[in-house]
Amino acid sequence: MANIMIRKGDKGYVFYMPKRDIEDSIVSMEFDTPEKWGGEIRLGNGGAYFIEPQAAPARLPYSVRAKRLDGVE
Amino acid sequence: MAALTREETEALVQEVLEVYPEKAKKDRAKHLMINDVALESSKKCITSNRKSLPGVMTMRGCAYAGSKGVVWGPIKDMISISHGPIGCGQYARGGRRNYYVGTTGVDTFCEINFTSDFQEKDIVFGGDKKLAKVINEIELLFPLNKGISVQSECPVGLIGDDIEAVSKKSAAEIGKPVVPVRCEGFRGVSQSLGHHIANDSVRDWILSNRDGQPFAKTPYDVAILGDYNIGGDAWASRILLEEMGLRVVAQWSGDGTLAEMENTPNVKLNLLHCYRSMNYISRHMEEKYSIPWLEYNFFGPTKIKESLRKIAAFFDDKIKEGAERVIEKYTKASDAIIAKYRPRLEGKKVMLYVGGLRPRHVVGAYEDLGMEVVGTGYEFAHNDDYDRTIKDMGDATLIYDDATGHELDEFVKAMKPDLIGSGIKEKYVFHKMGYPFRQMHSWDYSGPYHGYDGFAVFAKDMDLTLNNPCWKMLTPPWKKAA
Repeated sequence: MANIMIRKGDKGYVFYMPKRDIEDSIVSMEFDTPEKWGGEIRLGNGGAYFIEPQAAPARLPYSVRAKRLDGVE
Repeated sequence: MAALTREETEALVQEVLEVYPEKAKKDRAKHLMINDVALESSKKCITSNRKSLPGVMTMRGCAYAGSKGVVWGPIKDMISISHGPIGCGQYARGGRRNYYVGTTGVDTFCEINFTSDFQEKDIVFGGDKKLAKVINEIELLFPLNKGISVQSECPVGLIGDDIEAVSKKSAAEIGKPVVPVRCEGFRGVSQSLGHHIANDSVRDWILSNRDGQPFAKTPYDVAILGDYNIGGDAWASRILLEEMGLRVVAQWSGDGTLAEMENTPNVKLNLLHCYRSMNYISRHMEEKYSIPWLEYNFFGPTKIKESLRKIAAFFDDKIKEGAERVIEKYTKASDAIIAKYRPRLEGKKVMLYVGGLRPRHVVGAYEDLGMEVVGTGYEFAHNDDYDRTIKDMGDATLIYDDATGHELDEFVKAMKPDLIGSGIKEKYVFHKMGYPFRQMHSWDYSGPYHGYDGFAVFAKDMDLTLNNPCWKMLTPPWKKAA
């Protein structure tokens, strides 16, 4: 589990992990509706993380705990 | 047009790597890349922010250097105690020329070394009592200080002193912020983690101090982040922003004060110059206070023009007109500088090996002078820095991460640049080899280099160094007949 920050970039969501200074675009997010948001996210660098599905945050950037599923760290 | 073709550069990298043992060779190969501007991400081509190999000569600093030397040190009305043995503080004192206005020792304290001077007994019995005593003594002798930060050196972490507890107690006693910073030198692989730790301690102990207090806002408030006022850089940047109609509320941290930092959450936009050392706090302010942040580049007229327009785009027409007015006002002067120096510098090749933002930011300034950067590299960058660098550098140029003494020597010998920009550790080697060299960490005791005013100094300095006749007269001591 790691803290990540999700912010809005020019082209959709941007993933940032402060601990490792990893910044990358989010190419896909499993759930992206106001009621249900999160789930499995896939990054531009091939990594995959899991965010507990939850109500969409009121505003971005938003810090959340995420679990690494796959890919580069 | 790069100095060497892609194949030649690849051959050079292979040749340089040849001397290493098998394992070191494998590791170092990952830190060298040949630029390909078509790339989106540097991830697959270069590895960065990894531990340096034992035995190679690295130019990196430590976490304490990143925190005390870079981020906390320049805050002028705070006192940074180098908590630990005396050497770290003494050798890190005032070397970066972070200029400030004030009377040193009365209301400003950047150039003074405050240290708890650990002795054997402090290591054995712990240094907490001594720290409390130091803080009280500082308060007695320098009553105009606005706050104190405790910068831990390695032994403090090793013996497990509780500087947080002492800081909290002392802060209550003296009624001023006392910030414990856990920036022991052994943390992380370079000074980069020190920046991060320093940013986190600012976030935890300083940033929200004035939340909810009244502040006379204007719609044009901005803060300059990551400008350490080396040789007056932040001043040269600030006047441009003010001239276009913005109000600069805070300078982080060159010539900055504690009050400025505490007021920063009220600004409309954070302007980030050194991405590497202050992106952390910018991101935090974006999340907590919804303040957007923008990276800008004030090296060289082309980049300044771009940056001013980018900044103005966040504001209304008044600022946009202001930006155009500033650009117009200074373009004549900068054109004159280019007309004067470009003929003397045209076509010259530059190699850089610095840290922070310079390896990519100054490329534009060199290009304005008709020079070409053929190789660049960072001491302590992360991959997000390289992502940005790829776009600024020419195709097939060489990029090196945490370069070693051997690699730099060999690259210079093969690429024969007309000018080298790097730090003090490399300076005298290249001087002796007869290469024109600028110490680009603190502008070789010159500056400012930011802004239009800075560009004039930059161009002049580069000309003075590069066209100095002395370089041809030097024979390296190792080539002299015995």
